[in-house]
Amino acid sequence: MIPDINPFVLFFASIFTSNILLANFLGMCSFVSISKDITSSNGLGMAVTMVMTITTALNWIVYNKIIVPFGLEYLRYIIFIIVIAAVVQILEMLIDRLSPNLYMSLGIFLPLITVNCAILGVSLFMQLRYYTFIQSIFYGLGSGLGWWLAIMALAAIRKKVDKSPNVPAALKGPGITLIIIGIMAMAFIGFSGMLNVQ
Amino acid sequence: MSEYNKILKQNIWYNNPVFIQILGICSALAVTNNLTNTFIMTIAVSLVTAFSSLTVSIIKGLIPRKVRMIVQTLIIAFYVIIVDIVLRAYLPGISKALGPYVGLIITNCIIMGRAEGFAQSNGPIISFWDGFTSGLGYLAVLMVVAFFRELLGFGTLFGYRILPEGFMSWTIMLMAPSAFFMLAIFIWVAKSIMLRKEAK
Repeated sequence: MIPDINPFVLFFASIFTSNILLANFLGMCSFVSISKDITSSNGLGMAVTMVMTITTALNWIVYNKIIVPFGLEYLRYIIFIIVIAAVVQILEMLIDRLSPNLYMSLGIFLPLITVNCAILGVSLFMQLRYYTFIQSIFYGLGSGLGWWLAIMALAAIRKKVDKSPNVPAALKGPGITLIIIGIMAMAFIGFSGMLNVQ
Repeated sequence: MSEYNKILKQNIWYNNPVFIQILGICSALAVTNNLTNTFIMTIAVSLVTAFSSLTVSIIKGLIPRKVRMIVQTLIIAFYVIIVDIVLRAYLPGISKALGPYVGLIITNCIIMGRAEGFAQSNGPIISFWDGFTSGLGYLAVLMVVAFFRELLGFGTLFGYRILPEGFMSWTIMLMAPSAFFMLAIFIWVAKSIMLRKEAK
């Protein structure tokens, strides 16, 4: 039951039409809290994209070469989360060693990523939809870029809106942010006529 | 007893995990276009939160500080697997509809937040209660959102038709944006009530 989708189509679909954040609601917690600041949003977006691509590829290998042959499907949640935690830990050490500058801008976000729902979500969707290895890599990368795009867009809008005096007091902060996200989600639905990939 | 009452009030209203702390909306908004699914999902989250808080609180002395995040994640994953297996055995239809969102309970920030913020420094029974009431606060908000989404999107409640056949269902209510709008409106109303109370 391998879906016959061109990896490139999947790549664009996961950025625009089935954006992991705006269509599947994954990674909302850090999305709402970090998007206050553009620089941090950029750092987190970069980190998510990187970790998502690597963990999706690794989890594909682990799932198809270890979990399925040994019949351990019921353990997949624990195994996926261990792989993600390990990748994040190794990346943190590597970046710290290789590029202190990058570590300064990325380092504090890496631990946050272990509990980012989007990362685990992409691995679970990848496994549920029986993607091939190549498709999984493109799906992981596309979803990461889509997440990055969405958080940058939101951070830029919030920069203006948070200063606006016209927002009712009770709607300030999270309330108005959710409304902005809703409008963004509607805009992204507009893309769905171009591609439709589940 | 008053301690328990205070925690209940805090978690359901004054410090509600969803509309005050904005936690755990990730895995949940996706299931709120249907009351039955929402109910099962939030009950699952409540139970997982309660039991993982209990476990973390019991073994908190044994976990080295450096690895406590990953230990907590593993404890949560353990309970989520139990929930997943139970759902698949007894409610296969709902399990299928929820799909990957059951697994995503692991990364629900509420559970981690309660384990880290409360269970680390409190006794087992009160941690269990704290986890469970946090789950109830979450349940309350999502049920309200799901109520309006299902009513306006399908014209039904829990699958029973409420609005007359001629009712034009609002397709937008079944899609992603309406979940954000509904939650934003809920936050707006709840915060307004709170601000009014404070002003008095």
